[in-house]
Amino acid sequence: MGSIILFLVVVGAIVAVWLSRQRLTAKPWLEEGPIGEVPGTGAVSLPAATVGLGVFLVVVGALFALLISAYSVRMVMTDWQAVPVSGLLWFNTGLLVASSVALQLAYIASSHRRIDDLKLGLLAGGGFALMFLAGQVLAWRQLYAAGYFVASNPANAFFYLLVALHGLHLSGGLVALGRAAGRVWGGSDRRDRIRLGVGLCAAYWHFLLFVWLVVMALLMGWANGFIELCGRLFS
Amino acid sequence: MVDISRGGVADVIPPAEVKDVDLYHPKSWWTRYVFCQDAKVIAIQYSVTALSIGMLALVLSWLMRLQLGFPGVFSFIDAEHYYQFITMHGMIMVIYLITAIFLGGFGNYLIPLMLGARDMVFPYVNMLSYWVYLLAVIVLVASYFVPGGPTGAGWTLYPPQAILSGTAGRDWGIILMLVSLILFIIGFTMGGLNYVVTTLQARTRGMTLMRMPLTVWGIFTATVLALLAFPALFAACVMLLLDRLLGTSFFMPALVEMGEHLSYRGGSPILFQHLFWFFGHPEVYIVALPAFGIVSDLISTHARKNIFGYRMMVWAIVAIGALSFIVWAHHMYVSGMHPYFGFFFATSTLIIAIPTAIKVYNWVLTLWRGDIHLTIPMLFALGFIVTFVNGGLTGLFLGNVVVDVPLSDTMFVVAHFHMVMGVAPILVIFGAIYHWYPKITGRMLDEVQGKIHFWVTFVGAYAIYFPMHYLGLMGVPRRYYELGEMAFLPPSAATLNEFISIAAFIVGAAQLLFVYNMITSLTKGREAGGNPWHATSLEWQTPETPPGHGNWGKELPVVYRWAYDYSVPGAAEDFVPQNQPTVVRGA
Repeated sequence: MGSIILFLVVVGAIVAVWLSRQRLTAKPWLEEGPIGEVPGTGAVSLPAATVGLGVFLVVVGALFALLISAYSVRMVMTDWQAVPVSGLLWFNTGLLVASSVALQLAYIASSHRRIDDLKLGLLAGGGFALMFLAGQVLAWRQLYAAGYFVASNPANAFFYLLVALHGLHLSGGLVALGRAAGRVWGGSDRRDRIRLGVGLCAAYWHFLLFVWLVVMALLMGWANGFIELCGRLFS
Repeated sequence: MVDISRGGVADVIPPAEVKDVDLYHPKSWWTRYVFCQDAKVIAIQYSVTALSIGMLALVLSWLMRLQLGFPGVFSFIDAEHYYQFITMHGMIMVIYLITAIFLGGFGNYLIPLMLGARDMVFPYVNMLSYWVYLLAVIVLVASYFVPGGPTGAGWTLYPPQAILSGTAGRDWGIILMLVSLILFIIGFTMGGLNYVVTTLQARTRGMTLMRMPLTVWGIFTATVLALLAFPALFAACVMLLLDRLLGTSFFMPALVEMGEHLSYRGGSPILFQHLFWFFGHPEVYIVALPAFGIVSDLISTHARKNIFGYRMMVWAIVAIGALSFIVWAHHMYVSGMHPYFGFFFATSTLIIAIPTAIKVYNWVLTLWRGDIHLTIPMLFALGFIVTFVNGGLTGLFLGNVVVDVPLSDTMFVVAHFHMVMGVAPILVIFGAIYHWYPKITGRMLDEVQGKIHFWVTFVGAYAIYFPMHYLGLMGVPRRYYELGEMAFLPPSAATLNEFISIAAFIVGAAQLLFVYNMITSLTKGREAGGNPWHATSLEWQTPETPPGHGNWGKELPVVYRWAYDYSVPGAAEDFVPQNQPTVVRGA
């Protein structure tokens, strides 16, 4: 359970820093005020949707940290046979990187009100993401054809599970991206909302790219040293 | 020299830091009352659904007690049914009733109102949250209508037994249970995002974190815990579902069943336990923290006294929330673990008693020399304190490895967790309903019926669970369909079981009176007015009762003080609302 504990430590540190700025040592019973004297609430100046996405990413992060914890517990058992990482998975990783970069460029374009570049970025981002999902399905089929069935080894089961959950999260992101794109193509004059929507999509994509890179590190065995260290620390 | 008598409202109020939300205005009956985005309506939908499914859990507990009190008398209760009763009762109570009503019910109703917001920040997602929750409940109940019925795996759903053919509901029941839990978690996440972000971003002017009522602190912190803990249950459910449906071996070890080798191999049932309890222990505090917060507000209001040690109360809530993530394995002592682990988890379990004890002391000190009004909410709040202390004390026993191991599989544990996680929070739920019903409906609940409800519930709960501790100490095992011939048990154990069952039937019947009271008071209850308890927090200061769409009319309230200015020397009344400014004399 080392991964999830480390994840919680990081989240806890962020929460602690935030709480330390919230005047938790104030004495509210002494702080009544006359009209006009109203202290700030301490709310951050970001839009609620941005804060909401941040909280959601913590939840998704917890889910993947837990799955990585389970992976690390299960992989040290004797029946574990690692799944071979095909070249297709690397190609798919490249697609996801391209998708993430395209959305970042779309966000920059939205900030500078370059509508054509924005549309191009959204199209490229969405297109690369769809290609990534199709590539993942293809990778599944390749493994299945090679005899790596879901139930034949726990490593296979984890591979299919992690890929599926990651893909589901990306699919959900595509719905949000579709809505943001709908505003752009619909000619909405709420430029602030367009910029916010594209920015949130880009942030979500970067996060999912990070998660996918961690999953790849697990599959490649690059994270074995880290997992071993966690195992020693927490067992 | 300042005066805190009511002053006129001036137009020198600073602008809001965060933009007011764009309210969705319902255009039809359907969008006003069914697919509604107003948090108050969603709160009522959550609460009615949770209480309805809770009534099913109540009936299941009656059926269980019929068997335990009078074994062999009721032929329609066989072992399979008994385990199905246990499983569904436990899961419904913990997840679908208590968690749902505290967070989905009280969270939705109280967070925007207590913080001076118009609504939740993502109303559409909030509405979806309820409908996904309802779908989860429907899927759960559907397991009664599939071949084999609901799962009888016990509420912890431990593999491998949960998905082996000897367990009731192995074919469909367990699948529906797991799907239902997955749906519940998805729905909760949608709601939880709203509760957290609304608390962070939608507080009205002047509502600093340290001016928030403790109810909001409790619900907010519990939601944070739930958002971090529910993914563990989600992962466990998905993996168990795959073990059941696709034959994977996440949790399933190599097994021989009926002389045949199953295809499973190498899985770790202990891994499931870790995931389950990584959710399961914070779940105790997901239920307890809102109860702590609500009870603080009930006591302060009905004792007409400011809450003692507000800052300590806030810090204790945060500390309990943080500590709740490092105690989970105390549920697994009997599963075996490294002795150092046992020591660590026993120590962390005992440490968590410190902030909890601080809260209890502060409640008692709030009551000390207060102008105590023994209203029904106050009675329930007092009942909670006593019950939580009782349950907490037995928790100290069970937190120690050497004491837990012999007691773990006995009725002592059943008594402990029912006191601390069943009776105590449910007393708060009742107290809270009696307290806020007038705001929600504009009418008071009937007081005589309420007092009967309280006394029968409170005394009855002790009649049930006090003797159960004794049964556990005698060695009466839990999870057994019938005791049979156990030489070490005296005949009085069976008599005590009969007594407990009769008490359970009476307590259950008292809940029907409560339901009757809630329904009849909707039309026949005394008119409540806007602030019948003379309370200070914002929800009692709305221009309309029940509050209208958007809560506050044209102008959001402005907060000038904390939520506990009761019996302030020099004040015209014994309460000063949060939105009342101090008037400087001569200014």
